[in-house]
Amino acid sequence: MKPSYQKAWFFVLPVLVLVAFNALIPMMTVVNYSVQETFGNNLFFWQGVDWFEKLLNSDRFHAALGRQFLFTGIILAIEIPLGVAIALAMPRKGVWVSVCLVLMALPMLIPWNVVGAMWNIFTLPDIGLLGYFLNHVLGVDYNMTQSPLAAWMTIVAMDVWHWTSLVVLLSYAGLVSIPDAYYQAAKIDGASNWAVFRYIQLPKMKRVLTIAILLRFMDSFNIYTEIFVLTGGGPGNSTTLLSIDLVKIALGQFDLGPAAAMSLIYFAITLLVSWLFYTLMMRNET
Amino acid sequence: MAKITLSKLRHSYYPNPKGPEDFALRDIDLDWRDGGAYALLGPSGCGKSTLLNIISGLLMPTEGRILFDDKDVTAHSPVERNIAQVFQFPVIYDTMTVYDNLAFPLRNRQMDEVMVKSRVHEIAEMLEVDDMLSKRAAGLSPDNKQKISMGRGLVRKDVNVVMFDEPLTVIDPHLKWKLRSKLKELHQKVRATMIYVTHDQTEALTFADQVVVMQDGDIVQIGTPVELFERPTHTFVGHFIGSPGMNLLPCEIRGGGAYFNDARIALEGPLISGGRGKNQVGIRPEFVSFGKKGLEARVKKVADVGRHYVVEAIIGDTSINAIVEQDAPEQGEKVHLNFAQSHTRVYRDGWIATQLPEAGR
Amino acid sequence: MQKRSWVPIIYILFLMLPIYWLVAMSFKTTGEILSGFSLFPQTWTFDNYRVIFTDPTWYWGYFNSIIYVSLNTVISIIVALPAAYAFSRYRFLGDKQLFFWLLTNRMAPAAVFALPFFQLYSAVNLFDTHIAVALAHLLFNIPLAVWILEGFMSGVPKELDETAFVDGYSFPRFFTKIFLPTIGAGVGVAAFFCFMFSWVELLLAKTLTAVYAKPIAAVMTKTASSAGYELGLLAAAGTLTIIPGAIVIYFVRHNIAKGFALGRV
Repeated sequence: MKPSYQKAWFFVLPVLVLVAFNALIPMMTVVNYSVQETFGNNLFFWQGVDWFEKLLNSDRFHAALGRQFLFTGIILAIEIPLGVAIALAMPRKGVWVSVCLVLMALPMLIPWNVVGAMWNIFTLPDIGLLGYFLNHVLGVDYNMTQSPLAAWMTIVAMDVWHWTSLVVLLSYAGLVSIPDAYYQAAKIDGASNWAVFRYIQLPKMKRVLTIAILLRFMDSFNIYTEIFVLTGGGPGNSTTLLSIDLVKIALGQFDLGPAAAMSLIYFAITLLVSWLFYTLMMRNET
Repeated sequence: MAKITLSKLRHSYYPNPKGPEDFALRDIDLDWRDGGAYALLGPSGCGKSTLLNIISGLLMPTEGRILFDDKDVTAHSPVERNIAQVFQFPVIYDTMTVYDNLAFPLRNRQMDEVMVKSRVHEIAEMLEVDDMLSKRAAGLSPDNKQKISMGRGLVRKDVNVVMFDEPLTVIDPHLKWKLRSKLKELHQKVRATMIYVTHDQTEALTFADQVVVMQDGDIVQIGTPVELFERPTHTFVGHFIGSPGMNLLPCEIRGGGAYFNDARIALEGPLISGGRGKNQVGIRPEFVSFGKKGLEARVKKVADVGRHYVVEAIIGDTSINAIVEQDAPEQGEKVHLNFAQSHTRVYRDGWIATQLPEAGR
Repeated sequence: MQKRSWVPIIYILFLMLPIYWLVAMSFKTTGEILSGFSLFPQTWTFDNYRVIFTDPTWYWGYFNSIIYVSLNTVISIIVALPAAYAFSRYRFLGDKQLFFWLLTNRMAPAAVFALPFFQLYSAVNLFDTHIAVALAHLLFNIPLAVWILEGFMSGVPKELDETAFVDGYSFPRFFTKIFLPTIGAGVGVAAFFCFMFSWVELLLAKTLTAVYAKPIAAVMTKTASSAGYELGLLAAAGTLTIIPGAIVIYFVRHNIAKGFALGRV
């Protein structure tokens, strides 16, 4: 049992100050704006929950929210199983392991705008590697700037390319922590490969998988830069996800009230779902 | 149940072994009869776990063969060899109930559910876990988990051999003896060939009919617990078994007799002639006594261990331990040591160098 | 097991494709790029790189990025260490709530903070400075660093601390001479993650800077929009941004899998 020591607050004080500075003050500002109206002349008028009402009834908001959930749903459905499968297929020991892991981690260290730019160049219809391949070798009509479907498939492919490795590395870490004796016992018990996965590997990976799902949910729900650089939210607003919409309103139109209200709702959704996962994860810990 | 034969087994973990020091196991030749309880005893790193994994099929030996009932199984997988192994820490399927854990090996072999049920209940009763059959395995205490690991090994009736790799390592000391006796009981009921690997001499000596003592990849002695105690054929056995271990006194061989500090020591029998090497006289503390005449020594320390006293006496640079039940001498006292002749031997380079007198075995 | 190893290989090939394309493009002239498709540069050129290495706007972009990322990593680790120690070793009023609140900041959408940060840092006269971006990124990196370090610290038995105190070590000496070396891998992993998240983040970095502290990411996006499609130049700039990341991974390669499990597996 950890001893009780109230002076420990001094240890966390620097952290508290720095994070609170960045979190609380902006938050207060946002809350402030969300309940007021300004006509751009620095005069503020109380609006109460007006903005929230308008927003929750707004088609534009619903559309962006829907697109966001669709996007997050798709990439979770692809990245989690794919990441686990790759981790399962990797050798558990050997010199190639660190080489593999380093190469796999590379996409995650590329600045997000470069990721977007990279995929932009990659998918240009006539001069990009993938674009050329699809249009001129396979004969498929592929143009991201014109077809919403093509745009969606591209942003999904980009995110899978970008982040599946996170799931791989987490799952792999979970897998290698399983002592050999379990596999040996399963061999002796005559267990099939499926049984080994279901009764040994999957249970032991539960904790890392929860972390993986939590992280991927949070980050994909908040995604901005890569998609903005790649598609700008288009064609039209077919790939305008929540963050992109928010920045458009806040920095583009300077509609402080609606932007602030949207920020709070957005934050609340992220927080709620993340809290659910977090509780699940902490429950497994005990 | 099967008779197990190990023939000319050698194993190295290196891909290109050069000298003997690259081998974890060197020249193992062994015969274990069907249904016996055997122990593999030795310090860490002596090769006993390697040997166990070779027998179970988890490891392919570099050289040599393994035979079950005179059939060569060297190339067979663990499943084909029909063995069971219990590991150092409990290996159970956390998400399954105790019942499903025990049933798992049977179901994998497509056994009929009715038979599975009866067999599981039988084993559960033997192990005294029948009251927790519907509980999830994950929530149990380590000793119960280990019992279930054992149960999974015993649940198959036709298992050839059950192997235990230091199974009491994670068990609380006060529960160890309970599990130890339970194991012995199980062996008597089930009569399967059981091999128990350990570095703890108490576990080995209480469990096994026959003990194989290993050191550095070699088998040093095979015998019953009594044989190992009464007549160790190697100084390692003498030193490893017994608490404290056998005393070793440097000695000289002159004219067919052994001399320590110029005093002639009476031995169990004639010396084996030939061979050069370091000669030592070996005598267990249990067979050292105090008398009016004998080797002069001074008592350095007396320890009261409860049931007896351990007396450490010094002659010159040599320390000799003696065990006496009562009337222990005082510290600093001058005493005379007597060695029981039938248990006094000479060891040359570690190996026994005296023979038993003709009359006898 | 060997037959399944083609899966990781194919995956890695998939990962390398866009990167190869980017690098290949960086060695082509813009003319070649726009005129048609070529798998390999026909006319190999170093021009794009030459521009970057000689134009201050470009190379200062890199320096700026590296400056604020390093600042951020150092600050994050320094303040996170005592906090993680407190969470790991003691109970105190509100500790669980504080820990959870820290993590919620990691969950926040950066877009929510874009405008407020702009106003906040302008108000304290820190707009367009390296320290502004470094401080802003603390919002996400401190919680992460604390989480990772706490995980590693909890793996160190309390007996180590107690033995040191009994041996007469003062707390600072114990921390620097004994404790830190023990969790060395954890510090490395935490620093790696702080570097990573700060290096890749664009939105806040762009919002808080204009000219003086403009990160390379912002330089690139500005070029993309204003100068038209200078693809070769963009590709070269992008390629150069991959290098610091590759170097950092190389240094933590042994702990990479462990680190991704945040020391808690």
